[in-house]
Amino acid sequence: MARAVTTRHKIIATAAAWAVALVIFFPILYTLITSIKTEPEAIAGFNLIPSFTFENYVTVQTQRDYIKPFMNSVILSVGSTILALVIGIPSAWAMAFSPTKRTKDVLMWMLSTKMMPAVAVLVPIYLMFRDFGLLDTRIGLTIMLTLINLPIVIWMLYTYFREIPGEILEAARMDGAGLWQEIVYVLTPMAVPGIASTLLLNIILAWNESFWTIRLTTTSAAPLTAFIASFSSPQGLFWAKLSAASTMAIAPILIMGWFSQKQLVRGLTFGAVK
Amino acid sequence: MATQNTRGLARLMMAPSVILLLVWMIVPLSMTLWFSFQNYNLLNPANVSFAGLFNYRFFYTDPAFFQSVWNTLMIVGGVLLITVVGGTLIALLIDQPIFGQGIVRILVISPFFVMPPVAALVWKNMIMHPGYGVLADINRLLGLQPVDWFAQYPLLAIIIIVAWQWLPFATLILLTALQSLDSEQKEAAEMDGANVLNRFIYLTLPHLARAITVVILIQTIFLLGVYAEILVTTNGGPGYASTNLVFLIYRTALLGYDVGGASAGGIIAIILANIVAIFLMRAVGRNLDR
Amino acid sequence: MGSITLSRVSKSFGEAKVIPSIDLEIQDGEFVVFVGPSGCGKSTLLRLIAGLEDVSGGQILIDGKDVTQKAPAQRGLAMVFQSYALYPHMSVRNNIAFPLKMAKVDKSLIDKKVSDAAGILNLTDYLERRPSQLSGGQRQRVAIGRAIVREPSAFLFDEPLSNLDAALRGTMRLEISELHNQLKTTMIYVTHDQIEAMTMADKIVVLNRGNIEQVGSPLELYSRPRNLFVAGFIGSPRMNLIEGEFARSKGAKTVGIRPEHFALSHESGLWSGTVTVAEHLGSDTFLHVNVDGIGQINARCDGEFEARHGDRIYLTPNETKLHRFDEQGLAI
Repeated sequence: MARAVTTRHKIIATAAAWAVALVIFFPILYTLITSIKTEPEAIAGFNLIPSFTFENYVTVQTQRDYIKPFMNSVILSVGSTILALVIGIPSAWAMAFSPTKRTKDVLMWMLSTKMMPAVAVLVPIYLMFRDFGLLDTRIGLTIMLTLINLPIVIWMLYTYFREIPGEILEAARMDGAGLWQEIVYVLTPMAVPGIASTLLLNIILAWNESFWTIRLTTTSAAPLTAFIASFSSPQGLFWAKLSAASTMAIAPILIMGWFSQKQLVRGLTFGAVK
Repeated sequence: MATQNTRGLARLMMAPSVILLLVWMIVPLSMTLWFSFQNYNLLNPANVSFAGLFNYRFFYTDPAFFQSVWNTLMIVGGVLLITVVGGTLIALLIDQPIFGQGIVRILVISPFFVMPPVAALVWKNMIMHPGYGVLADINRLLGLQPVDWFAQYPLLAIIIIVAWQWLPFATLILLTALQSLDSEQKEAAEMDGANVLNRFIYLTLPHLARAITVVILIQTIFLLGVYAEILVTTNGGPGYASTNLVFLIYRTALLGYDVGGASAGGIIAIILANIVAIFLMRAVGRNLDR
Repeated sequence: MGSITLSRVSKSFGEAKVIPSIDLEIQDGEFVVFVGPSGCGKSTLLRLIAGLEDVSGGQILIDGKDVTQKAPAQRGLAMVFQSYALYPHMSVRNNIAFPLKMAKVDKSLIDKKVSDAAGILNLTDYLERRPSQLSGGQRQRVAIGRAIVREPSAFLFDEPLSNLDAALRGTMRLEISELHNQLKTTMIYVTHDQIEAMTMADKIVVLNRGNIEQVGSPLELYSRPRNLFVAGFIGSPRMNLIEGEFARSKGAKTVGIRPEHFALSHESGLWSGTVTVAEHLGSDTFLHVNVDGIGQINARCDGEFEARHGDRIYLTPNETKLHRFDEQGLAI
């Protein structure tokens, strides 16, 4: 039997893989196609060839002020990520470079707070937000998103910081670097890729969060998740516009996601899979 | 860096996150616990009284409660089944020598990054819609009656939508694990006379067991909290056919304004989550120890 | 300029007393090798001298000044790590320049020193590259270059060659020895490889479980080992150690004979035995012989000497080259 992979094997595998991939991707593809159809076209039946009109993208903005929820999504995901990093970096730093016997336990505890079902605290959080005037505010929601993603942010940063070889820091110390110089010239440049990866993954997770962003907002702070969810009741001739809104809502995150596969594995399997 | 000075500094650096998460854990949860023993309805906020276990008994006797627990378990179990089996198969397929593996990966991984409201609406209106959905068109092509998914099989429809979103996650994790299987082991097995199927059963599958365990554990945590997909498609209906525990509690709280009831439901949700976690940990815990 | 004194230095990690008490004198300009099996404390000792670990007791003096409490950078030493520990985000030039930058040396002087060091180490063509673009041997040289520019009182090497393949190791051994001849600076070198120790050292310190077994020149350790441990550790292949009747007849518990101190013959000799394995290296042949009444013996003979598995052979040990050891394992 020939050791080399036969071309026949390669062709069959390729065909099967592409078929499966296209079936899985189809809903997204069809949304994109529908978004550049006219409304009558959109409900006329299955059709893969659109008329390439961009009128829907324009209408969504003018009729529904699409910019506002879009900006809210941006502010909430970026804002909560930056806040999580500001709180998380010192934490992960301390845990990675000055570990104690309890460090692993603290980390596990932090991760366990993420496993609490959100709905269990829906009532108190809703009431507290109402009483403190935080309902439907960007501040309130930013705080929520920061809290629920903080464990993952700290976890990811911790794993990246731990990968910085201790010997390089010792070499810096031998080379005469004081603590501050060690941080500025050696530690930080080596930590930047890890921080960037954590930032990327967290923006994705915050953008797509679909419980608190829907339940704690109404109009002014509603991000895209709530905006899209508000179209759940059928209203006839609107599907092409909704496709345009959907495409714009998922496009940035989709593209970010394509580049963050490794980070996803690291961040969401908590190191159990390499 | 392990001197006396840095120990104090380290504690200071960890303080904000530890305090924040501690407060986040304790305050809302204790409030929920407190509320669960109260008669407290937002339509009548002045009239708050101690209710003992009334709220819990109410849930226990409510047929909708058991239906919702069952639906929750169905959603978790159904999605796990589809994603683990499907993920393994797709990972095996992608791991083959194929042209354009990078693009195939990107296509397969995409559903995970689609926000749940969009995913739900796309499936509801474009694919499962009995009027102009793709599946309806296919049915008509085959001479069959189009299926009204959300009326006839609402829970199944939810399961399909959620499974579509999580399949990429399982695939990616399993593919990563698959590619870490030492090729020398495979060659040794081949020398020992194992054919493709045997190599899969005795080498690949045990190696994947750990990754599958992780996938199951992580996904379960998130699947217990499916919400937006139900909100946007069936609203829990028809009746309670597609209501899971999260949705039931949401309805009790924000549609029924029943703070006491919803809080009791919340405590039950936590207990359920812990039971599932313990059961899972015991059933698959040995895989993680290896 | 680069003399180092260790006075009753001890180190414990929690309950474990890794180094009970060490006294050692290192003269300026010496090439000293710390050698011993894994876990003997040689790396720990090096790190204590460097200041990367604090001593649990005792004093460390450099050029007569007590540096026991001083931070690593203030001791005037430079270290070459086993993994080289190069800064991955800096070019070779910036890696080598880093210690000078930390010392706030003038920029033009930095450039000159970097080019000098690069010149000595043949790195001039690689100055703008990143460590990831270099081979193992080149990275090794960058690590050495970074140490050289500090103009330290002593260089500390922590198993620098263990990550290199055999051929490269041989070349780098020579380069480091030549560097020592050129710079004439004290060098303390840690290795588990006794061949590196024998070929490079002016003075060898043999360590075992935190204790110094013997200090001396390579030949001293080879021909006059103070105890069984040193006798069995130094020298490859290993010294033959014989107990029993033969040892008692020489007035000792154990007798040691190196493989090269036998006269071999096909006809007659003091001992006789059967060849179990014959290792032909070309220039030498090592015969593993099952000697009647003695046990397994490894004997070296000239490559031309013919012997095969199963042959009966006669060995006569050289009486003047016997090493005798008493009940405690000390040389008599």
